[in-house]
Amino acid sequence: MDAFTTPLLAGTATGALLLIAALGLTLTFGQMGVINMAHGEFLMIGAYTAFVTQQVVTNADVSILLALPLAFVVAGMFGLLLEVAVISWMYRRPLDTLLVTVGVSLVLQQLAKDIFGAQGDPVVGPSWLAGNIGVFGYNWPYRQMFTIVLALAALGGLAALLKYTPFGRQIRATVQNRDLAETMGVSTRVVDRITFFVGSGLAGVGGVAVSLIGGTNPNLGRGYIISAFLVVVAGGLGQLKGTVIAAFAVGIATAYFADWTSASMAQVATFALVVLFLQLRPQGLFTIRTRGLV
Amino acid sequence: MLKSRTRLATGTAFALAGALFLSACGGAKSGEEGAAGESCVDTSGDTVKLGFLNSTSGAMSISEQTVRDSLSLAMKEINADGGIMGKQIEAVVEDGASDPAIFAEKIEKLLTGDCVAAVFGGWTSASRKAMLPVVEANNGLLFYPVQYEGLEASENIYYTGATTNQQIIPAMDFLASEGTKTLFLAGSDYVFPRTANKIIKQYAAELGIEIVGEEYVPLDDDDWTTQVAKIVKAKPDFVFNTINGSSNVGFIKAYYEQGLGADTSPIISVSIAEEEAPAMGHSVTGQYAAWNYFQSVDTPTNAAFIKAFQDEYGASRPTSDPMEAAYTSLYLYKAIVEKAESFDVDDVNAASDGVSFDAPEGTVTIDGENHHIAKTALIGKINDDNQFDVVWSSETPIEPDPFLEGYSWWDPTAE
Amino acid sequence: MNPRLTALVRGAAPLIAIAALAVLLLVVAPATLSSFRLNNLGKYICWAIAAVGIGLAWGRGGMLVMGQGVFFGLGGYAMAMHLKLEAAGPEGIPDFMTLYGNGTMPGFWEPFRSGAFTLVAILVLPAVAATILGWAIFKRRVKGAYFAILTQALAVVFATLLIATIQETGGFNGLNQFTSFFGYNLYDPVNKRMVYSIAAGLLIACLLVVWQLYRSRFGELLVATRDAEERVRFLGHDPANIKLVAFVVAAMMASVGGAMFAPIAGIISPSDVDATASIFLIAGVALGGRALLLGPALGALTVGYGRTTLSETFPTQWTYFLGLLFVVVILLLPRGVGDLPRTLRSALKRSTA
Repeated sequence: MDAFTTPLLAGTATGALLLIAALGLTLTFGQMGVINMAHGEFLMIGAYTAFVTQQVVTNADVSILLALPLAFVVAGMFGLLLEVAVISWMYRRPLDTLLVTVGVSLVLQQLAKDIFGAQGDPVVGPSWLAGNIGVFGYNWPYRQMFTIVLALAALGGLAALLKYTPFGRQIRATVQNRDLAETMGVSTRVVDRITFFVGSGLAGVGGVAVSLIGGTNPNLGRGYIISAFLVVVAGGLGQLKGTVIAAFAVGIATAYFADWTSASMAQVATFALVVLFLQLRPQGLFTIRTRGLV
Repeated sequence: MLKSRTRLATGTAFALAGALFLSACGGAKSGEEGAAGESCVDTSGDTVKLGFLNSTSGAMSISEQTVRDSLSLAMKEINADGGIMGKQIEAVVEDGASDPAIFAEKIEKLLTGDCVAAVFGGWTSASRKAMLPVVEANNGLLFYPVQYEGLEASENIYYTGATTNQQIIPAMDFLASEGTKTLFLAGSDYVFPRTANKIIKQYAAELGIEIVGEEYVPLDDDDWTTQVAKIVKAKPDFVFNTINGSSNVGFIKAYYEQGLGADTSPIISVSIAEEEAPAMGHSVTGQYAAWNYFQSVDTPTNAAFIKAFQDEYGASRPTSDPMEAAYTSLYLYKAIVEKAESFDVDDVNAASDGVSFDAPEGTVTIDGENHHIAKTALIGKINDDNQFDVVWSSETPIEPDPFLEGYSWWDPTAE
Repeated sequence: MNPRLTALVRGAAPLIAIAALAVLLLVVAPATLSSFRLNNLGKYICWAIAAVGIGLAWGRGGMLVMGQGVFFGLGGYAMAMHLKLEAAGPEGIPDFMTLYGNGTMPGFWEPFRSGAFTLVAILVLPAVAATILGWAIFKRRVKGAYFAILTQALAVVFATLLIATIQETGGFNGLNQFTSFFGYNLYDPVNKRMVYSIAAGLLIACLLVVWQLYRSRFGELLVATRDAEERVRFLGHDPANIKLVAFVVAAMMASVGGAMFAPIAGIISPSDVDATASIFLIAGVALGGRALLLGPALGALTVGYGRTTLSETFPTQWTYFLGLLFVVVILLLPRGVGDLPRTLRSALKRSTA
């Protein structure tokens, strides 16, 4: 039984992290057609926010709670800066944006190395997350449950924002038809900026969860970003429900592969799975039919 | 007309390419004879140039910077004391950038461009393996200060860290003396852990210790959750940890998170030292580590070393095994050169056997045969101050045996 | 001047430029550079060979290939396996297999004892891999950013696979300690120069190949596919096939570059072929001018040189330079520095008009 439950539960937690990382990606990808390769660095920024917060507020029980909103704002501001300074100059050049953000990601990683050093700065977990609960032979850490709750909260918040607020309506209008939205009086530039802020901020929140797993290091984002992109590709662009299903599918599949073979082979197998899946559904799980997107 | 001109141009182009090729290959005619370039080392003046090649950028920079610091300290002390054979050391420093190919490139620059008499540095096995052919081809000298997986002995390298029979095998002896029956192996997916575990598995069979699991995670991957779940299930008496670098933090966190601890399945590590122990994100009090030097080693030389180091770099800086081995390597080089009365590589090699130095870890002696040094093995238990209390020792220095020729159970061709 | 003569000169200009580069690399450089610097230049040339292919696929074909390290690695490892077996002698097996494994050689190594097989494999392996991958991707009309991300994921996976198969490929350490190159002692300076010259010759050859491709009908179709894929399809061509050919040629060039990199650098390891290495390859192409004939090669040579020089003077700042290079060049000079004269001229024309 535990051979079945362990990867399932551990994989769900990994999937939750991928989900938080992918939410921002799919949002900006769907809305602006922008691939932000520096998105992983927003995870890293979130993790370092958690670390710095803990240096100031040494009580680990409190500092994590403080770090969550802080990470959202800090990573969001970095995202906003990126949008204003770089990305807004190159809409309609999606491949070039991708490469420019690769450059930004290199700069941010080196910046983190210069400020914090190359090796992991550990964030101490709060005592209310220490411990675990036995589920069919797997000592399921509270920390993993917390990650899942966090991801679902982020998802719920985002879905509510999109569905019930006027701003959400503007986002959806922009995604579906940018020109038409603009003629209806939606300032798509402003919408873009806020979307970028929210997407990057969510990655920052994800970074706090990542900081609880291992050491906080400058390359932390790299480990998640490729998987998060695979999630976006497999889920279909701009689609929340596709992203959710794909995130948990990729997380759980990787955990099972890791259980059967090794952590390295699991990466290889997951990639093969996504490529095979794209043979069946080249546009991902779900697609929106629009005129605005290629 | 146009067609034929195109064809003409194409023809010319490929003819040109062909001609270039022939000319390229022609350069090889005089090839076969003539070996590598002669040594360009010049020690006729009152200084001697030595190369310090450590990664000051990239993933390994924090670790390798500590080695660089202790090399600089040793250089300063030796220079203040009159230098090597009366010649002041002049260091040429280079950055290996945590990349094996760069290490190979830079050591070639140091040996053939800067003409240094010897190079000190390297950390990962990958960097040493990359430098080895270059230092051999140029008949240079490299002093490598880190414990490693053994099974190597180059005429042109001196290994001042432990080989496996001075760290891994004593650690197994310690485990056996503790009555260990079951052992779980956790390592990074990398050369050192793979080779170390191959040795551990064979010796465990000899000692009657059962290996109840073996897991590897890529070097840059921090998530050990799934693998630690297997440790929980296997309930081993001990966990042998050969994880490298920052991945240790993820392992330690997952280990405590899933309810393991020093009282149930203690960990013995070979890469967690004074520097790393306080940076695990969870207290590791009560866990073990196998090294040849701890800051807590109680000798007058060590007290002097710690004082000199902390005077130079700050009182909060701990000293660790690779730092001590690097510090020792420069003093050993000085001792060999002064015995040989020459900086020439062949003279140095001829004189090196039996040269010893009263190092912070205790007296170490060079084995001229395999260029390793005899060292005492220590097992430390981490205390609340993140220092190591020595709980076991080999008492006397162990002769280096990189190829494990003296161990009948060792079969290099077995799985 | 006679208009026909002008046309002839203009037509020959690329050839003259290639010839000038050939003289520079094959005659001037060996005569003036020290053996160590020449060897470094050899490495940049290997990256430049791969860059020429990227120029074809990305500059002309619009396919942002972010995983060329994979093909660089296929060639590099194929060559390294041969050199390793050459060093081990007939019957011998590479040293690391005894160190990390059980001392038996995996079957797929055996054919690489043959030099001829290795040379064929360097061209065929990447061609087959690129065909399968390209077929799967292009036929399903996966393109643009999706394609870029998949190729980068491939590079990550490839490096992970190499690191995990330590007994078969040497893992993280990669393959090194080669002694001879098809019978020629690799530590002899004369032979080193020969290996360098072969690499430089191959770069010139690759430039001639793309020069010919760019002037052919295929070259025009490729650009047409980049700019308006649907229209090409309506004209009765299958864009998937056109892109596939460019992708396969680019892969083969990367492989040739990798194959020469192994003997010149004396090592090939996962860090030479992973996602970061792939991005490094693109940097030169972006700098030099992705759609130009000589842009990618010259860009790659510059970036390679910059990496050595800057990392010698400012070890930690090098990454900033590389990162900012992407940002500044692509933001301000998307056609690359090589296209600067034309960009300036057209800007001038616009301002005077």
